[in-house]
Amino acid sequence: MTTPASATSAHRLSGARTLFYKEVLRFLKVSFQTVAAPVLTAVLYLMIFGHVLEENVQPLSGVGYTSFLIPGLVMMSVLQNAFANSSSSLIQSKISGNLVFLLVAPLSPWAWFVSYVGASVVRGVAVGTGVLAVTAWFAPLQLAQPAWIVVFTLLGAILMGALGLIAGLWAEKFDQIAAFQNFLIMPMTFLAGVFYSVSSLPAIWQEASHLNPFFYIVDGFRFGFFGVSDVSPWVSLCVAGAGLLAVCGLCLHLLRTGYKIRH
Amino acid sequence: MACFMSDLVPGSSIAAVSFRDVSKRFRGSRGTVQALDGVTFDIAPGEFFGLLGPNGAGKTTLINILAGLAQASAGQVLVHGHDVVADYAAARRSLGIVPQELVFDPFFTVRETLQIQSGYFGVRTDRRANDAWIDELLDHLGLTDKAGANMRQLSGGMKRRVLVAQALVHRPPVIVLDEPTAGVDVELRQTLWQFIARLNKEGHTVLLTTHYLEEAEALCSRLAMLKQGRVVALDRTSALLAGRASTMLRFKLDTPLPPALLAQARVTGRIVQIKTRNAAEVEKVLATLRSAGAQPEDLEIGRADLEDVFLEIMQGEPLQGAA
Repeated sequence: MTTPASATSAHRLSGARTLFYKEVLRFLKVSFQTVAAPVLTAVLYLMIFGHVLEENVQPLSGVGYTSFLIPGLVMMSVLQNAFANSSSSLIQSKISGNLVFLLVAPLSPWAWFVSYVGASVVRGVAVGTGVLAVTAWFAPLQLAQPAWIVVFTLLGAILMGALGLIAGLWAEKFDQIAAFQNFLIMPMTFLAGVFYSVSSLPAIWQEASHLNPFFYIVDGFRFGFFGVSDVSPWVSLCVAGAGLLAVCGLCLHLLRTGYKIRH
Repeated sequence: MACFMSDLVPGSSIAAVSFRDVSKRFRGSRGTVQALDGVTFDIAPGEFFGLLGPNGAGKTTLINILAGLAQASAGQVLVHGHDVVADYAAARRSLGIVPQELVFDPFFTVRETLQIQSGYFGVRTDRRANDAWIDELLDHLGLTDKAGANMRQLSGGMKRRVLVAQALVHRPPVIVLDEPTAGVDVELRQTLWQFIARLNKEGHTVLLTTHYLEEAEALCSRLAMLKQGRVVALDRTSALLAGRASTMLRFKLDTPLPPALLAQARVTGRIVQIKTRNAAEVEKVLATLRSAGAQPEDLEIGRADLEDVFLEIMQGEPLQGAA
């Protein structure tokens, strides 16, 4: 038998794969709360806003408001749920003390990162797919550039999974995670052009919106459906990609140094 | 029954655990606290080693550094020659940690918990062998009928057993038990010690911290005592007992102890213990009791136990320069 101290790449992969599996299993065990509830919330947004604004607003030429709203809601769900998955799992483990089982394991910072962020992507995509599957019945949707849909979905989910991991490492109580979520993530996703086209805003608010990195993710994602957007999808890709690199770099640095988990 | 470990090297010259000049400082609102100060000792492969000390002596900090839960401010810790920082993966594969706190993941069953912990250590690559090993652990720890139960449904004692199983699930050669019997009932305590003693006989190195000194005396072949972050005693248990040995005069007393004896006596309820070096000192104590009109019951003279040695060492002169 292999000695405990030695490890092949298969052993190392097994560690990361197990943590990824455990993180996916964790949210699936409470899937009403982690998948079904956010889908229902998004559908309610669509029904209410769509009903009220369908006749009055046409953000993109030739695209009805309800159709316009669907990609925004899908991406908002992806972003919020990817963040919620890694942040809530980590803070729960820290507060209940069971993080010790991970800390004593021979898992590298990369294994932590790939597993937590990977599970966040799975949850984000699961919720996003659920929202899309249900809301697609309410209005006609195009798939003008599907590759951009995939690119921005993955980009947004990875970015938010990593940001959730940072928040989970930083926070010492649930209240701090809630503050991060409610005072930063929620406003930034709401103000990213989910419910409206940024080009319809006054000039100063358009400028302000362009400082919001989530705007580029939502805008690029919507381009994949309709082939039109407020800014070029390549610009969105560059801005969101730079944000992704910065957040992932910071996250890996915090994991390597054991920030607030290895004292 | 299968052996509980896979790579012990009997007679190996490499220490199972080696602490080399380990120091740890914590910065807090009240300034810097020196939790560990130059701790140095080795634990040989196959030893049953006890780490003792009062609350705040630095035992758990030292265990945390060994386990990778904390980082030393200075010094080095090796597990079977692997540095716990530079070569952390190999060091952690050699360690099985039973944490002090009764912690668990409420999302999973007992079997899932053990399978997941195995996976972290990369031993799920041979799934069939790992499942057989998990079944064996469940059996030996009396958890077989709880394998499908959610962790939340278990009693405190059962949760403690799962913690032990989690520590052993990757068959580590070194087992670290941090206060494993705190708040545990007598039956579980005995079951646990029988199991751990058997693992030690099979060659596992065991590092134990405990406040139950009778357990340490009965189980540990060698001991280190920490006080204010420093090692103040390090020797074989028998040598510690012999070296400090004095006889102890024990008796029960319903009336107040004469003031002349108060300074040298240890009083626990009705039970009084007084250290004496020879028969003349015993006679002197009895004479003092008689002259005060005290009537001791159940009088006996015995050798000092580990608790007496521990108290003598801990009540010694305060360490110079210790924070």
